[in-house]
Amino acid sequence: MELAIFLILSMIGIASALNILIQRHPIYSALSLILTFLSLAGIYIQMQAEFIAVMQVVIYTGAIMVLFVFVIMLLNVKAEERVPNKLIGMRYVGIPLSLLLVTALGLNIFQSFSGQTLRVSDVSTSGLTGNTQSIGKLLYTQYTLPFEVTSILLLVGIVGAIIMAKKEL
Amino acid sequence: MIPISYYLLLSAILFSIGVFGTMIKRNMVTIFMCIELMLNAVNLSFVAFARYHSLIDGQVFVFFVMAVAAAEAAVGLGIIVALFRNRQTLNVDEADLMKW
Repeated sequence: MELAIFLILSMIGIASALNILIQRHPIYSALSLILTFLSLAGIYIQMQAEFIAVMQVVIYTGAIMVLFVFVIMLLNVKAEERVPNKLIGMRYVGIPLSLLLVTALGLNIFQSFSGQTLRVSDVSTSGLTGNTQSIGKLLYTQYTLPFEVTSILLLVGIVGAIIMAKKEL
Repeated sequence: MIPISYYLLLSAILFSIGVFGTMIKRNMVTIFMCIELMLNAVNLSFVAFARYHSLIDGQVFVFFVMAVAAAEAAVGLGIIVALFRNRQTLNVDEADLMKW
Protein backbone atom coordinates (compact mmCIF):
# COMPACT_ATOMS: atom_id res chain seq x y z
CA MET A 1 0.00 0.00 0.00
CA GLU A 2 2.75 2.38 1.03
CA LEU A 3 4.79 1.45 -2.02
CA ALA A 4 1.76 1.86 -4.28
CA ILE A 5 1.13 5.40 -3.01
CA PHE A 6 4.79 6.26 -3.48
CA LEU A 7 4.83 4.86 -7.02
CA ILE A 8 1.66 6.74 -7.98
CA LEU A 9 3.00 10.02 -6.57
CA SER A 10 6.38 9.60 -8.23
CA MET A 11 4.75 8.72 -11.57
CA ILE A 12 2.66 11.91 -11.35
CA GLY A 13 5.81 13.86 -10.47
CA ILE A 14 7.92 12.47 -13.31
CA ALA A 15 5.11 12.79 -15.87
CA SER A 16 4.41 16.41 -15.00
CA ALA A 17 8.16 17.17 -14.92
CA LEU A 18 8.43 15.78 -18.47
CA ASN A 19 5.38 17.82 -19.42
CA ILE A 20 7.37 20.96 -18.51
CA LEU A 21 9.74 20.12 -21.35
CA ILE A 22 7.03 19.08 -23.81
CA GLN A 23 4.88 22.19 -23.48
CA ARG A 24 5.89 25.17 -25.60
CA HIS A 25 4.03 27.87 -23.71
CA PRO A 26 5.59 28.78 -20.32
CA ILE A 27 2.23 29.01 -18.54
CA TYR A 28 1.55 25.31 -19.17
CA SER A 29 5.07 24.50 -17.99
CA ALA A 30 4.40 26.48 -14.81
CA LEU A 31 1.17 24.59 -14.15
CA SER A 32 2.90 21.22 -14.63
CA LEU A 33 5.67 22.33 -12.30
CA ILE A 34 3.02 23.08 -9.64
CA LEU A 35 1.75 19.51 -10.04
CA THR A 36 5.31 18.19 -9.59
CA PHE A 37 5.71 20.23 -6.39
CA LEU A 38 2.39 18.95 -5.02
CA SER A 39 3.31 15.32 -5.69
CA LEU A 40 6.65 15.91 -3.92
CA ALA A 41 4.71 17.36 -0.99
CA GLY A 42 2.71 14.11 -0.88
CA ILE A 43 5.95 12.12 -0.79
CA TYR A 44 7.22 14.30 2.08
CA ILE A 45 4.04 13.60 4.04
CA GLN A 46 4.58 9.91 3.45
CA MET A 47 8.11 10.26 4.88
CA GLN A 48 6.58 11.93 7.97
CA ALA A 49 8.24 15.26 7.18
CA GLU A 50 5.07 17.26 7.73
CA PHE A 51 6.77 20.62 8.20
CA ILE A 52 8.69 20.28 4.93
CA ALA A 53 5.51 19.20 3.13
CA VAL A 54 3.62 22.26 4.37
CA MET A 55 6.56 24.52 3.48
CA GLN A 56 6.65 22.93 0.03
CA VAL A 57 3.01 23.85 -0.55
CA VAL A 58 3.19 27.29 1.06
CA ILE A 59 6.55 28.52 -0.27
CA TYR A 60 6.93 26.72 -3.60
CA THR A 61 3.43 26.45 -4.96
CA GLY A 62 2.04 29.32 -2.95
CA ALA A 63 4.76 31.95 -3.32
CA ILE A 64 7.38 31.08 -5.95
CA MET A 65 5.04 29.66 -8.58
CA VAL A 66 2.54 32.49 -8.10
CA LEU A 67 5.45 34.85 -8.78
CA PHE A 68 6.31 32.89 -11.93
CA VAL A 69 2.73 32.92 -13.20
CA PHE A 70 2.49 36.61 -12.38
CA VAL A 71 5.63 37.42 -14.38
CA ILE A 72 4.48 35.24 -17.32
CA MET A 73 1.14 37.09 -17.37
CA LEU A 74 2.79 40.49 -16.90
CA LEU A 75 5.25 40.04 -19.77
CA ASN A 76 2.61 38.47 -22.05
CA VAL A 77 5.04 35.71 -23.02
CA LYS A 78 4.44 33.99 -26.33
CA ALA A 79 4.96 30.30 -26.98
CA GLU A 80 8.40 29.26 -28.18
CA GLU A 81 8.63 29.26 -31.95
CA ARG A 82 9.47 26.10 -33.75
CA VAL A 83 12.09 27.80 -35.94
CA PRO A 84 15.50 26.15 -35.91
CA ASN A 85 17.87 28.17 -33.78
CA LYS A 86 21.61 28.02 -33.63
CA LEU A 87 21.61 25.69 -30.63
CA ILE A 88 19.35 23.02 -32.15
CA GLY A 89 22.23 20.53 -31.92
CA MET A 90 22.00 20.81 -28.15
CA ARG A 91 18.94 18.55 -28.27
CA TYR A 92 20.89 15.69 -29.82
CA VAL A 93 23.72 16.11 -27.35
CA GLY A 94 21.41 16.77 -24.40
CA ILE A 95 19.24 13.63 -24.57
CA PRO A 96 22.15 11.13 -24.46
CA LEU A 97 23.94 13.16 -21.79
CA SER A 98 20.83 13.32 -19.58
CA LEU A 99 20.23 9.59 -20.01
CA LEU A 100 23.88 9.00 -19.13
CA LEU A 101 23.46 11.15 -16.01
CA VAL A 102 20.37 9.16 -14.90
CA THR A 103 22.12 5.84 -15.55
CA ALA A 104 25.29 6.84 -13.70
CA LEU A 105 23.36 8.18 -10.71
CA GLY A 106 21.01 5.18 -10.67
CA LEU A 107 23.83 2.63 -10.82
CA ASN A 108 25.66 4.37 -7.99
CA ILE A 109 22.49 4.54 -5.90
CA PHE A 110 21.71 0.86 -6.36
CA GLN A 111 25.29 -0.18 -5.66
CA SER A 112 25.46 1.85 -2.48
CA PHE A 113 21.96 1.51 -1.03
CA SER A 114 20.42 -1.65 -2.47
CA GLY A 115 18.06 -3.32 -0.05
CA GLN A 116 18.38 -0.68 2.65
CA THR A 117 15.09 0.76 3.79
CA LEU A 118 14.13 3.86 5.71
CA ARG A 119 14.04 3.28 9.43
CA VAL A 120 10.70 2.76 11.07
CA SER A 121 11.59 4.67 14.23
CA ASP A 122 10.39 8.23 14.62
CA VAL A 123 12.67 10.91 13.22
CA SER A 124 12.47 13.13 16.27
CA THR A 125 15.13 11.52 18.39
CA SER A 126 15.46 14.38 20.85
CA GLY A 127 12.38 13.38 22.80
CA LEU A 128 10.27 16.20 21.42
CA THR A 129 6.85 15.50 20.04
CA GLY A 130 6.30 16.27 16.40
CA ASN A 131 8.38 17.12 13.42
CA THR A 132 7.85 20.90 13.47
CA GLN A 133 8.85 21.24 17.10
CA SER A 134 12.11 19.33 16.56
CA ILE A 135 13.01 21.45 13.53
CA GLY A 136 12.26 24.66 15.43
CA LYS A 137 14.36 23.53 18.38
CA LEU A 138 17.29 22.68 16.13
CA LEU A 139 16.92 25.90 14.13
CA TYR A 140 17.26 28.07 17.22
CA THR A 141 20.05 26.12 18.94
CA GLN A 142 22.48 24.41 16.61
CA TYR A 143 21.70 26.31 13.42
CA THR A 144 21.21 29.82 14.77
CA LEU A 145 23.98 31.40 12.71
CA PRO A 146 22.82 29.98 9.35
CA PHE A 147 19.29 31.02 10.26
CA GLU A 148 20.38 34.62 10.86
CA VAL A 149 22.51 34.63 7.69
CA THR A 150 19.39 33.50 5.79
CA SER A 151 17.59 36.62 6.93
CA ILE A 152 20.42 38.76 5.50
CA LEU A 153 20.20 36.77 2.26
CA LEU A 154 16.48 37.46 2.02
CA LEU A 155 17.07 41.16 2.68
CA VAL A 156 19.64 41.25 -0.13
CA GLY A 157 17.12 39.43 -2.30
CA ILE A 158 14.43 42.03 -1.61
CA VAL A 159 16.81 44.93 -2.36
CA GLY A 160 18.09 43.20 -5.51
CA ALA A 161 14.60 42.50 -6.82
CA ILE A 162 13.50 46.10 -6.26
CA ILE A 163 16.60 47.51 -7.99
CA MET A 164 16.27 45.08 -10.92
CA ALA A 165 12.60 45.81 -11.52
CA LYS A 166 12.88 49.60 -11.13
CA LYS A 167 12.48 51.69 -14.26
CA GLU A 168 15.13 54.28 -13.47
CA LEU A 169 18.10 53.48 -11.29
CA MET B 1 9.08 -0.02 4.00
CA ILE B 2 10.21 1.65 0.81
CA PRO B 3 13.93 1.28 0.02
CA ILE B 4 15.87 4.56 0.12
CA SER B 5 17.16 3.85 -3.39
CA TYR B 6 13.67 4.48 -4.78
CA TYR B 7 13.62 7.97 -3.32
CA LEU B 8 17.15 8.66 -4.56
CA LEU B 9 16.30 7.36 -8.01
CA LEU B 10 13.24 9.63 -8.18
CA SER B 11 15.45 12.51 -7.11
CA ALA B 12 18.04 11.63 -9.77
CA ILE B 13 15.37 11.43 -12.48
CA LEU B 14 13.87 14.79 -11.53
CA PHE B 15 17.33 16.39 -11.39
CA SER B 16 18.21 15.03 -14.84
CA ILE B 17 14.93 16.32 -16.27
CA GLY B 18 15.86 19.72 -14.85
CA VAL B 19 19.36 19.56 -16.39
CA PHE B 20 17.92 18.49 -19.74
CA GLY B 21 15.34 21.27 -19.71
CA THR B 22 18.01 23.83 -18.89
CA MET B 23 19.95 22.64 -21.94
CA ILE B 24 17.18 22.45 -24.55
CA LYS B 25 14.75 25.19 -23.56
CA ARG B 26 15.22 28.61 -25.11
CA ASN B 27 12.69 30.50 -23.02
CA MET B 28 14.23 32.23 -20.01
CA VAL B 29 11.23 31.61 -17.72
CA THR B 30 11.13 27.90 -18.53
CA ILE B 31 14.87 27.55 -17.91
CA PHE B 32 14.31 29.19 -14.54
CA MET B 33 11.54 26.72 -13.75
CA CYS B 34 13.88 23.82 -14.59
CA ILE B 35 16.40 25.22 -12.09
CA GLU B 36 13.66 25.22 -9.44
CA LEU B 37 12.96 21.59 -10.35
CA MET B 38 16.63 20.71 -9.74
CA LEU B 39 16.52 22.40 -6.31
CA ASN B 40 13.43 20.33 -5.47
CA ALA B 41 15.14 17.10 -6.50
CA VAL B 42 17.97 17.90 -4.10
CA ASN B 43 15.43 18.63 -1.35
CA LEU B 44 13.93 15.19 -1.86
CA SER B 45 17.38 13.62 -1.38
CA PHE B 46 17.90 15.66 1.80
CA VAL B 47 14.60 14.50 3.31
CA ALA B 48 15.19 10.88 2.28
CA PHE B 49 18.64 10.83 3.89
CA ALA B 50 17.32 12.58 7.02
CA ARG B 51 14.75 9.81 7.34
CA TYR B 52 17.32 7.12 6.57
CA HIS B 53 19.70 8.27 9.28
CA SER B 54 16.87 9.13 11.73
CA LEU B 55 18.24 12.67 11.99
CA ILE B 56 16.28 15.87 11.61
CA ASP B 57 19.22 18.00 10.39
CA GLY B 58 18.49 17.21 6.74
CA GLN B 59 15.07 18.79 7.05
CA VAL B 60 16.64 21.95 8.51
CA PHE B 61 18.85 22.12 5.41
CA VAL B 62 15.76 21.79 3.21
CA PHE B 63 14.42 24.86 5.02
CA PHE B 64 17.58 26.79 4.06
CA VAL B 65 17.42 25.57 0.46
CA MET B 66 13.84 26.83 0.27
CA ALA B 67 14.88 30.25 1.59
CA VAL B 68 17.66 30.43 -1.02
CA ALA B 69 15.22 29.34 -3.75
CA ALA B 70 12.77 32.06 -2.75
CA ALA B 71 15.47 34.76 -2.82
CA GLU B 72 16.76 33.39 -6.12
CA ALA B 73 13.27 33.42 -7.66
CA ALA B 74 12.69 37.05 -6.62
CA VAL B 75 16.03 38.31 -7.97
CA GLY B 76 15.93 36.12 -11.08
CA LEU B 77 12.44 37.18 -12.08
CA GLY B 78 13.51 40.81 -11.48
CA ILE B 79 16.38 40.26 -13.91
CA ILE B 80 14.00 38.66 -16.43
CA VAL B 81 11.60 41.64 -16.20
CA ALA B 82 14.49 44.10 -16.64
CA LEU B 83 15.86 42.14 -19.62
CA PHE B 84 12.44 41.92 -21.24
CA ARG B 85 11.98 45.66 -20.85
CA ASN B 86 15.27 46.31 -22.68
CA ARG B 87 15.12 43.67 -25.41
CA GLN B 88 11.41 42.77 -25.83
CA THR B 89 12.28 39.08 -25.94
CA LEU B 90 12.74 36.15 -23.56
CA ASN B 91 14.86 34.06 -25.91
CA VAL B 92 18.22 33.33 -24.29
CA ASP B 93 19.93 33.31 -27.69
CA GLU B 94 19.12 37.01 -28.04
CA ALA B 95 20.84 37.89 -24.77
CA ASP B 96 24.42 36.96 -25.67
CA LEU B 97 26.13 40.32 -25.16
CA MET B 98 28.60 38.92 -22.62
CA LYS B 99 29.25 35.70 -24.53
CA TRP B 100 32.50 36.53 -26.35
